[in-house]
Amino acid sequence: MATLETRDLHTHFGQVRAVDGVDLDVKNGEFIVLLGASGSGKTTLMRTIAGLEKPTSGDVFIGGRLANRLPPKTRNIAMVFQSYALYPHKTAYRNIAFPLQASHMPADKIRSRVTWAANLLSISHLLDRRPRALSGGERQRVALARALVREPAIFLMDEPLSNLDAKLRHSARRELKRLHRETGVTTIYVTHDQVEAMGLGERVAVMNAGRIEQIGAPLDIYRNPVNTFVAQFMGSPPMNLVLRNGTLIGFHAEDFFPRGRGPNSEDMEQLTFRVVQVEELGSEVLVYGYVAEDEREPPPEVLATLPTALVSGYIAEGAEYPFEVPRPAIRHFDPVTGLRKD
Amino acid sequence: MDVRAQSRQAGWRTAAYTGIGLFTLFSALPFYVMLITAFKRESDLYDPQNNPFWFTEAPTMANLDLLFGNTKFLTWLLNSFLVGALVVIITLILVIPAAYSLARLAGRWGETLGIGIFLTYLVPPTLLFLPFAKVMAFLGLQNSLWALVVAYPTFTVPFCTWLMLGFFKAIPRDIEEQAMVDGYGRLGAFVYAVLPLAVPGILTVVVFAFTLSTSEFIYALAFVQNSVQKTVSIGVPSELVRGDVFRWGSLLAGALIASIPVSILYTLFIDQFVAGLTALAK
Repeated sequence: MATLETRDLHTHFGQVRAVDGVDLDVKNGEFIVLLGASGSGKTTLMRTIAGLEKPTSGDVFIGGRLANRLPPKTRNIAMVFQSYALYPHKTAYRNIAFPLQASHMPADKIRSRVTWAANLLSISHLLDRRPRALSGGERQRVALARALVREPAIFLMDEPLSNLDAKLRHSARRELKRLHRETGVTTIYVTHDQVEAMGLGERVAVMNAGRIEQIGAPLDIYRNPVNTFVAQFMGSPPMNLVLRNGTLIGFHAEDFFPRGRGPNSEDMEQLTFRVVQVEELGSEVLVYGYVAEDEREPPPEVLATLPTALVSGYIAEGAEYPFEVPRPAIRHFDPVTGLRKD
Repeated sequence: MDVRAQSRQAGWRTAAYTGIGLFTLFSALPFYVMLITAFKRESDLYDPQNNPFWFTEAPTMANLDLLFGNTKFLTWLLNSFLVGALVVIITLILVIPAAYSLARLAGRWGETLGIGIFLTYLVPPTLLFLPFAKVMAFLGLQNSLWALVVAYPTFTVPFCTWLMLGFFKAIPRDIEEQAMVDGYGRLGAFVYAVLPLAVPGILTVVVFAFTLSTSEFIYALAFVQNSVQKTVSIGVPSELVRGDVFRWGSLLAGALIASIPVSILYTLFIDQFVAGLTALAK
């Protein structure tokens, strides 16, 4: 276990500033998620931390020690690639044992470590198989076991769930959380999926164009985005933005109610909602449309998620309804710079 | 319906086997002619009335006696094998690091350089043997087997570099980087993670370099005149054709025997070889 710090870290490829001045402090044992769209620099940042890319400038400290010039093998990090990168010519057992063999551990100790990791991930029955004979979920477990077996100082994961189907992804997410609780290894997790970020991260760093836009607890970022980029990126669905009186107001879909059917409060912002489409999903209803007061042309889409009981039979496509938003849930942004104003 | 489907299937099968049978006959015929001619008397061979595919007169061992008794055939065989083995070793030593660096370390120039190297393979030996003769003279290798050991890598290395480049590119970078994170340097990652995955490519290189150097003719003809230094591919035609007399029986016996090791090599590695060449086509 170790801390990780980066100081004004830059990694450029020619003219492309993949990582463009990142300061990051990761506490011992913390689970931090780097969240961003593809091309936002999150993977390059992780690879620079791993030593697979050379930083153009700036410093990386692992456990307080300057790691800039250290090759990947001496950084005592473990990494799970998006592809899992299992060695296809080795059995699961030998895949997991590989990092231990690299450190010249005696064979009986290797055996007990591999057994420990295999038990932790419930893959003891798969150890004789080669990767080709394993399912996607099983491969992912082997890759995790190989990363854990060595008790690394830092655990790096590059979208480890993106090759799994939706159902498996959900259980794997819970599994990752359990593993982190049991091992306590400092973990940096890269993803473009903000559901994963919300569910897994103790802290989330939202990345855009090689920079960290905002870093904090997932719920705090969700409620208090510092700019419109973060507002639109974090949360599923993202924050609605409406231009009104020269200011962008932002509110979440679950805070957008038909007038008189939301929380009983005086402090409400009134808006007119033109409904375009309604999706009834069982427990909730998704209502798509736009706000008539929006000063942009054409007005961007706005979404309301409402409990079914609240609107059953009330909302029709093509009609216009008075809606309202509790004022404390509204955030204000500058329409030019995109920065928060309140 | 069932009967019709069955008969159609039988028809397809017959057609397929007929095709395969004809092709096998076509491929095997030269070997059959070599085999039967090796045991024919000259009078049998030269009489146009006789069936060329069977014995009219009694078989004879005279051709083999001539081949093994009056020529250095065994020496030529050994020479061919020695040259082939040395060329394979030299090729592997040069090609593996070259192809790996072009695939991984040379950046975007790697591909262009690889094609450039491959282009040198397209310069025909019939043009190159003249300047090479000068080089061999400078190295003091005229009339020596070693001239061939020096000359053959000039065409095996470019082609095999290009071949291995494709193999190394097909190996995911992740696997190598994983090995580097798992505790190895670049060399260790190369040896433990990349090389085992490149085995089909390496075998393709072995087969290719070996067959190409054992069947090469022009350089062998130009650089080696001394009988004991000759390889099979030059020894057999140069010493069994005397003036305008072709010793067909011995010639074909020599050709047959020389082709046996190559066909064994192919049979052992045919799957890898085909996989290697088709991997390139992808």
